[in-house]
Order: sequence, then structure tokens, then C-alpha cells
Amino acid sequence: MAAKFEGIDFYDIDSLLSEEERMVRDTIRGWVEDKLMPIIGDAYVDRRFPKEIVPELGELGVLGANLPEKYGCAELNNVAYGLIMQELERGDSGIRSFASVQGALVMYPIFAFGSEDHRTEWLPKLATGEAIGCFGLTEPDYGSNPAGMVTRAKKTSDGWLLNGAKMWITNGSQADVAVVWAQTGDIGDVKTIRGFIVPTDTTGFSARDQKGKLSLLASDTSELVFEDVELPESALMPESSGLRSPLMCLTQARYGIAWGAVGAAMACFHESLLYAKERIMFDGPIGGKQIQQVRLADMLTKITQGQLLAYRLGRMKDDGTMTPQQVSLAKRANVDMACDIAREARRLLGGNGILVEYHSMRHMANLESVYTYEGTHDIHSLILGQTLTGVAAF
Amino acid sequence: MDVIVCVKRVPDTETRIKPSAAGTEIDSSGVKYILSPYDEFAVEAALRTVEAAGSGEVTLVTLGDAAGSETLRSGLAMGADKAILLEGSSTMDGLATAKALVAEIESADAQLVLLGVKAADDDQQQVGPMVGTLLGRACVTGVTSFTVTEDSVRCHREVEGGVEVVEASLPAVLTITKGTYEPRYASLKGIMAAKRKPMETKPAADVAARIAVRSLTSPPARAAGKIVGEGPDAVPELVRLLREEANAL
Ligand SMILES: Cc1cc2nc3c(=O)[nH]c(=O)nc-3n(C[C@H](O)[C@H](O)[C@H](O)COP(=O)(O)OP(=O)(O)OC[C@H]3O[C@@H](n4cnc5c(N)ncnc54)[C@H](O)[C@@H]3O)c2cc1C
Repeated sequence: MAAKFEGIDFYDIDSLLSEEERMVRDTIRGWVEDKLMPIIGDAYVDRRFPKEIVPELGELGVLGANLPEKYGCAELNNVAYGLIMQELERGDSGIRSFASVQGALVMYPIFAFGSEDHRTEWLPKLATGEAIGCFGLTEPDYGSNPAGMVTRAKKTSDGWLLNGAKMWITNGSQADVAVVWAQTGDIGDVKTIRGFIVPTDTTGFSARDQKGKLSLLASDTSELVFEDVELPESALMPESSGLRSPLMCLTQARYGIAWGAVGAAMACFHESLLYAKERIMFDGPIGGKQIQQVRLADMLTKITQGQLLAYRLGRMKDDGTMTPQQVSLAKRANVDMACDIAREARRLLGGNGILVEYHSMRHMANLESVYTYEGTHDIHSLILGQTLTGVAAF
Repeated sequence: MDVIVCVKRVPDTETRIKPSAAGTEIDSSGVKYILSPYDEFAVEAALRTVEAAGSGEVTLVTLGDAAGSETLRSGLAMGADKAILLEGSSTMDGLATAKALVAEIESADAQLVLLGVKAADDDQQQVGPMVGTLLGRACVTGVTSFTVTEDSVRCHREVEGGVEVVEASLPAVLTITKGTYEPRYASLKGIMAAKRKPMETKPAADVAARIAVRSLTSPPARAAGKIVGEGPDAVPELVRLLREEANAL
């Protein structure tokens, strides 16, 4: 089954990419094929984040790849960055999640809201993977509605005192540093939410892995607890101001997810197509049967639509015209598309489709997390609904 | 220590090749082109040589059409310092190719010229030894690893049942094969840096090819397999056929 993954490009989108963009894509594609595919199945079954790949991702330049060179990053444009996310998620959503969190949710806020000292202290080692980061926004009782967060940072004479808990935090137990969003004023006042840089070895900080997950098994998801965590004045990211700051991070990460989902869908389609051509049932390949041809045609159509959406979004991001609502549309549409394709692929594969040797069911299970995090599908419907009607229906 | 690497753009070894309508070349539509894998070993070897020496430059040279610039960029992204595209046609005539390359590199004072042992597309293994001959330099082929000393290069070659170590005086021409030089991944920073590295394009020396492809056909489709029977009962018949018809036993 292991024919080399060569991507799907029915509409010659390649011809819209620059030489560098294609080289970046091909480099990551090659790395995923050679280094990730041989280990991902076992890592998934063992419920293990394959931490050994982190230095390689750092060396390749994947982490925070669209941030400036002067902080040790590759300074790629956003289309190239998106293509990286696509290729990583072709391997596994958990690995893409790692890279998304590190780049878009940890490095980006430090870059955008941190002080110059924060940037020079953290960005180079986050870029190499020497340090791992996590992003704490969601709380047990405040998921889709982070505005209500109850984690509190109280001003003290010489710094801040942090108390509260965060839930569902990717990389939480592996992290060296956490970007934590906390209320510094009255609960419910979104303007006083600020971001803090919290080294995870600070007294009072603890992280515990979520048990019993059935999705994203090759990624760590943890609960963070802050019990009288004393932080220096300098832990505050000076430019963070209100809930809009973490939402800006989410826009970055959702942008990557819109591309990543296409990668997962392409992996499932690739596997389905090969299987359909080879699996003989009733004296012929199942790919010669009309039902499977419809399945494959639907997959190809939806993937092509998703590719065009991601591509156009990327060009708008590079032009500086992309809006968060456009990102919502792409995250919502592409993840939904990938969920559908993964499920159909799994079905096309018959009994083999439930095995870890094949990839579609792993993607199918992973994508349920992707559907939920970074704004659930429903929340993006409501964002678009508000954009269209002017009425907030949250 | 400066090193020159001659590289070729070839169809990805994984793509399925079809002859074009004219039947003398491949149909390039939808074919992905790459830096020939053997040349990648040579680029890797050159980079390691310069890194070990602590100074020097790796220059890539290719002969071919304008699309060769993309192939050169991928070598620059791996870490080579500069590249030269000799615009002209790359044919089956190894001597014509070697002459065009030599016209460019003979005046350079690089101590080593490296090539892949063969091009992954036409498999001829001609160009390396011909470049060596035209330059009048020592040439060692099929090198799996080498080390450079003051004025010579010690090369390991895999030969039937063992390893041969040969020493050649510098300057020399080596053709590299699969061995220790597993090519590095171009880092994303390397890809961005490659854009800014010097690449010179000039017309290739005009050398007429004296070999031409007259026809190119796909191998015949494989005949359907034969099912001899099922279970242990079928074994004697299978053995008989393997012995008598397939001559495999
Ligand atoms: C694997 C994984 C990794 C994650 N990683 C991180 C991380 O690194 N950092 C981080 O901060 N968070 C992370 N999250 C959290 C994620 O962002 C939240 O799970 C998500 O925002 C949804 O919140 P919730 O789980 O509390 O669901 P809820 O908000 O309780 O939603 C439950 C259901 O109600 C629906 N719903 C909610 N509000 C409305 C409404 N107004 N109208 C209609 N329907 C509504 C939702 O769509 C959903 O179907 C992660 C989650 C998962 C699963």
C-alpha cells in the first residue's frame, strides 16, 4: 500500500505557486514520508507524542516558519507556511497541532505582544525546538466562551500572582513555557484579559495529561493548574490587550488548520484511490464499481475546492487583506470537508479501514478534535452568521 | 577547497513515464522533475568536503534548458554556494554533454569535480569518466566515500565482495554512488537563502550530438499471472512449473 505520496493537484494549483513555495512543500513532504510515516502509527497506538522529531522540525525550520529571520525563523510567506501545515497534517493532525501551537499560539504572541527581551529570550529556542511551548486559553467552564475566564492574575507589589486552571492544553505536559491568558480586572471584562509568559518550572505550576482521549493520540493534551504562581513584572506581555489578543493568535492558528485539513483529506484520498484500484471483489477492482467511483469523485471535488480556498486565503494573508471571518469560513469548510473524506475513505477501505496500518481512521478520529478546537464548527457558523446579519447569536 | 558538482535535472524516479506522441522522448506533461538522486549524493559529498576543510565553495553546473534553474536552486538550498546554468540541450550523447561541461569548468581551479555515478534517467554512466578524460585528470568512478589529503584523495569503492580503497592525485574527478552521502534535507532557511545565491545563465558551448534516440516504447504490459491451485495440493505443480517453465529452481 505504501506508494509514495505525491499530492493531488487536479486544478494545477502548482502553477500558481512560486519555486520556493513548491520547494518548501516538497521538502516537508519528503520529510513526512521518510521520517514521520514510519513511526506515526506506533506512536498513535502507544498514545505517545513522538518528541524525538522536535529537533528535526527545528532544524528544518518548521517552527514559527513565517516569523522573522532575526529571531532564528525562516521568514517564509504565508502560502509556504500553509503548505507546511498541509504536509504535516498529511502525516498526522497531532503533529500539525504541535507545530501550530508552537508557531502560531506561542511564538506568534511572543512576537506580536511580547517585549523585545521576550522575543530575544524565547523565539530562537522555540524555533530550534530546544524549548517547547503551550497556549492556555480554554478553561474547564469556558470553552467556546473564553471571555468569561476565571483564571486570574493579580497585581502584587513586584509582579503578578496567578491562580486558576486551563483545560485541553496541547503540549501542556511537555512544555518549557506556557503563554497563559488571565483576567487582570473584573471577571467578564474582556478588555482586562492579558497574556503572560510562564516558565513551566515556576513554583505552583502543574500540568497533568488528559486521560482517556480517543482522538489526537499522538499529541499531548493537558490540564494546567496555577496555584499561587508568583510571576515577575516582566512576565506580562506588554502589548497584549484584551481578548482580542488571544483571538489574533487563534486567527493565525486557524489559518494553518485550513491548510492542514486539506493535507489530512489528501492522505485519505490517496489511500482510498490506491486501495480502490487494487482491491478485487466480485471479480474486479472495487474502483471499477460505480459507488466507489462516486465516492472518489466527491473526494476529489471537495479536496480541490479546499485547496483553492486555502490557496486564496494564503495570498490574501500575504497581501494583508485577509479578515478573521474569511479564516473562519476556511477553517469551518475545510475541516468539515476533511472529516467527511476521512470517514468515506475509512468506509471504502472495508475491514482494513479500521486498522492502524491504514491511515484513514486515524485521520478520521483526529479530525474530530480539529473540528472542535480553535473555535468549534458551530462557533464559526455563528461568526459567519453575525457577519452576514449583524446579529450576534452566541 | 573548492568543489564543482555537475548535476542533471531528471524525471522523478517515482513518476510513471510514457513516451511522447513522436515516440522519441518522454511525455513531460505532468512529470515532476528532480535533481538526479546520484547527483544529490555528489552535492552532499561536496558540502561535507568543504565543511571539513573549513573553507571553499561548492559550485553547481548543469547543462539543459531554462527549467534547470529550479534543479540548481534545490542544490543551492542544500547549501551549495553558487550555480551555473549552461543553456543548451542535454542529449543521450555523453561526450557532447561532457564537452559542454568541460568548456565551462576547465578554467576553474577547483581541486575536485564530482558527478553522480550516472543520471537516474538515461543510466549511461558516460559523462563522469569523459569529463575526467577531457580534463586530463585522474578519475575514480562509483565512489561511496572519500577523504581529501594535501594533494590526493582516498576513495572507497564497493566492489564484488569487498571494499576497495584507491588513491588519486588531485585535481581529480569522482563519480559518487549510494554510500555514506545520504543527502541532507534542504532547510526552509536554506530554501530562502537559495533565492539570494548567485546563479549565472549562459549559452552552453555548441557541441553537436552524435547519438539520437530513434524510438522509445513502454515495456509490454505484464501478462496475467497463473493460479495453479490452492493449498498444499497445488505445491507439486507449482514446483514443477517453477522448475520446468520458469527455470527458477
Ligand atoms: C485535542 C484538543 C486540543 C486542544 N488544545 C487547546 C490548546 O492548546 N489551548 C487551548 O486554549 N484550548 C485547546 N483546546 C480547547 C478547545 O479550543 C475547546 O475544546 C473548544 O473551544 C470548545 O470548548 P469546549 O470543549 O468547552 O466545548 P463547549 O464550548 O462547551 O461546546 C460544546 C458544544 O456546544 C456548542 N456551542 C457552544 N456555544 C454555543 C453557542 N453559543 N451556540 C450554539 N452552540 C454552541 C459547541 O459548538 C459544541 O458543539 C483543545 C481541545 C482539544 C479537543
